[in-house]
Amino acid sequence: MNDQMQQVENIFLAPAGVARADLEKILESILTHEVDFAEMYFQSSRHESWVLEAGIVKDASFSADKGVGVRALSGERTGFAYSEEILVPALEQAAVASRSIARLGGNGKVSLKVGNPVKPLYRDDDPLMSLNEQEKLEILNKLDAFARQLDSRVNEVIASVSGVFDTILICATDGTFVSDIRPLIRANVTVIMKDGSKTEKGSAGLGGRDNYHMLTDDILMELAKDAVHQAKVNLMAVDAPAGNMPVVLGAGWPGVLLHEAIGHGLEGDFNRKGASAFSDKVGQRVASSICTIVDDGTIAGKRGSLTIDDEGTPSQVTTLIENGVLLGYMQDKKNARLMNAKPTGNGRRESYSTLPLPRMTNTYMLAGESSPEDIIASVKKGIYAPNFGGGQVDITSGKFVFTTSEAYLIEDGRVTTPVKGATLIGNGPDVLTKVSMVGNDLALDKGVGVCGKEGQSVPVGVGQPTLKVDELTVGGTN
Amino acid sequence: MKKQPLSVTEHPADELDLDAEIEKFQDTGEKLIQLALKKGASQVEVGVSKDLGLSVQVRNQQVETLEFNRDNSFGLTVYFGHKKGVASTSDLSFEALSETVEAACNIARFTQEDKCSGLADKELMATEPKDLKLDCPMGVSAEKAKALAKECEEFSLGYSDKVSQSEGATFNSHRNLRYYANSHGFSASTPSTRHSLSSVVIAKDQHGMQRDYWYSIARDFNDLELPKTVGEKAAKRVIARLGAKKIATQKVPVIFTPDIARGLINSFCSAIRGASLYRQSSFLLDSKGKQIFPDFVTMKEEPFKLKGLASSWFDNEGVATREQSIVSQGILQTYLLNSYSARRLGLKPTGHAGGVHNLSLIPGTLSYEQLIKTMNKGLIVTEVMGHGVNLVNGDYSRGAAGFWVEAGEIQHFVQEITIAGNLKSMFQGLQAVSNDLDMRSSITTGSWLVNEMTIAGN
Repeated sequence: MNDQMQQVENIFLAPAGVARADLEKILESILTHEVDFAEMYFQSSRHESWVLEAGIVKDASFSADKGVGVRALSGERTGFAYSEEILVPALEQAAVASRSIARLGGNGKVSLKVGNPVKPLYRDDDPLMSLNEQEKLEILNKLDAFARQLDSRVNEVIASVSGVFDTILICATDGTFVSDIRPLIRANVTVIMKDGSKTEKGSAGLGGRDNYHMLTDDILMELAKDAVHQAKVNLMAVDAPAGNMPVVLGAGWPGVLLHEAIGHGLEGDFNRKGASAFSDKVGQRVASSICTIVDDGTIAGKRGSLTIDDEGTPSQVTTLIENGVLLGYMQDKKNARLMNAKPTGNGRRESYSTLPLPRMTNTYMLAGESSPEDIIASVKKGIYAPNFGGGQVDITSGKFVFTTSEAYLIEDGRVTTPVKGATLIGNGPDVLTKVSMVGNDLALDKGVGVCGKEGQSVPVGVGQPTLKVDELTVGGTN
Repeated sequence: MKKQPLSVTEHPADELDLDAEIEKFQDTGEKLIQLALKKGASQVEVGVSKDLGLSVQVRNQQVETLEFNRDNSFGLTVYFGHKKGVASTSDLSFEALSETVEAACNIARFTQEDKCSGLADKELMATEPKDLKLDCPMGVSAEKAKALAKECEEFSLGYSDKVSQSEGATFNSHRNLRYYANSHGFSASTPSTRHSLSSVVIAKDQHGMQRDYWYSIARDFNDLELPKTVGEKAAKRVIARLGAKKIATQKVPVIFTPDIARGLINSFCSAIRGASLYRQSSFLLDSKGKQIFPDFVTMKEEPFKLKGLASSWFDNEGVATREQSIVSQGILQTYLLNSYSARRLGLKPTGHAGGVHNLSLIPGTLSYEQLIKTMNKGLIVTEVMGHGVNLVNGDYSRGAAGFWVEAGEIQHFVQEITIAGNLKSMFQGLQAVSNDLDMRSSITTGSWLVNEMTIAGN
């Protein structure tokens, strides 16, 4: 008996009078065409957000979304249709549309069996209900008060909390019949600080697959401190230098380097198409021997974690690079099948109305042996960057960027003057060969990552220890 | 020139009975407004949208994906005095809609009194509906869509041996119906169509691979560029990237091609948006009436452009839009305000809830080639990467790729560099805008020549 499956069937199937046998019949109707695989993905999603600005909670919204996506795969072809109505006729219509990529002439039996449940990595209750509305307002008021009490130059505070409660059910012609219940929450604070004629902004956020109770007073204070600190540092910042130089990246969120520089390039779809700068590089050295990088969807409660991916494959720890050598790619079912590989639990989609793609979960570099102090001390002239905004990559040329949100000069082995935000640019396939020191202080980010690919956003995590890249191009003006 | 309309089959939009759907939206909209008022709301606005479309991607002359899109959405905002609640759903059953009204009203019990919140004032509502020809006959079937994408890819691959592979050619076709109404009695239904054709290609040489693309987008299928044009432009662009070199760190003049210059105008628009101003987080605070650009720069907003990608006779709050100069002879004429930001700033709304409606920078007489000659030595930027634009202080630092120019001639492709400066001085340092307009967006401009930026490279 699988209680969660019962609960999920009650959400999607029972109200519409859809039986398990109906799902099997609809999947079989797709198999009457020359189709290798077909799948239905049911999703129900509840989302809320509360925003404070100018000292009052002035904006709040709630949304509810429910639907089913039907997909058929035939060789390299994908047919896809979806419906907001979960009724047999609507499912049949979507099935007909999805199989239109393939000719008539196939048959197959589908038997859906609930497999052994995978141990969930997160709680299964609705985070939106974990606090009442008054208590949610309280969180925002605290963030506002904490930020203002930390520095009198704080001119404006924008604070927000949001929660998502996702329930999914997946059934497929390979017998897959699984469900998952996914909570996700997030808190953010942005401060605008004025000092004389200068204005600067600082932002911080955190979250995870948990409920609002994780937002304790200590956590909120830490968040406010991070945002105020960032604004303060930027008020003192001078122009960043321009050119090639050593860069020391801080632990945690700066792991966005790994996400952009190598993560995307190791996603199965780009490599199947030969479009990645990493295509055909398995077994080759792509990083210095002190670098080992994994994609790990199995960390309990983390923002990028998944008990099962959006195709029903349990998430796993996939070693992407071991001691500098490229081991393999991240796969969804389609690309794994076409590349004779195994799915790695990386098939993800933004919603029932979008197609699954190979995507990262939590991507990080394992700890090394150097102390962060020794790493800084080893640099004569360079940049220390403990915090970043977002990044971007061109998979094919391998060129990637990421932009500092807090950075300092390193002069004679010491961190000195703060510098303004600057974009760093490098080449994915060789940037990690220039990593000469890896810290012993591995940290994961605090749970704010959003990854965009083909117009779809999914939550992800990144992490790394402090590390030194001997040469990166720093895009300052000085 | 008009072509014969094509036969219509297999497009999800074929099933749309427009008149019946509009009537249904109006009926539902009115009922839900009444329901919210009955629950005690003093003001309400609702938006309903239905989008029907298909998308075909072809790679190596085979269909890679065929997607049928059917999207519904309903959203409403209620005001209980100055307290606001927002809720939305994708389920258009009346039961789900009523629950959504309930959810919005519930939220408004908890949000706090904000004197500036509420609908835009009644006298600002648009009263003159205009047929802006946004809904063009579809004329596309799934089969036709496949054929177009295939043809486009064929022209990319066949253009030159240097094009080593395709990452896919895509044809997209959508029909949308949007309904907006509020408790001032304003309501409007806007049907519209949108098609696009694109090709992404890869070229390879001893230095590695390069990828580039081209696309065409239009409300009217007949206004799309031909598959040959799109396919060959993508091929030409990717071939031009071969033989890339990094250049030295230096300060030089920079040309931004129209698709990149458009991004600079976007940043300008974000900086004069009400929300950036009342939060005091813009590098263009108190800049109305001041010289932001050199005096040859005039930017006009044309909301009533027929078939325009952002044309509308009302904004997202029902406020009348109007033709206006946002920048005249370099001087900022107006901020971009919705009713909330206008109240916060003690100003009048400008019809910009939801953004600008077709903004064009009036071009000069120079051609793109003449602009390159004028620059003589410097960098042409054809691609920017990353998010390094700080609207609070105007600092700009982004990854870039493009072409190195010497003696007025393109020398080679450049990559893995950054360009940096400050938007305020980049705007002031604008030397000329050429007449190579890119019409593929609601923002239209030619290429920009900016006097100086810092390049970080070798």
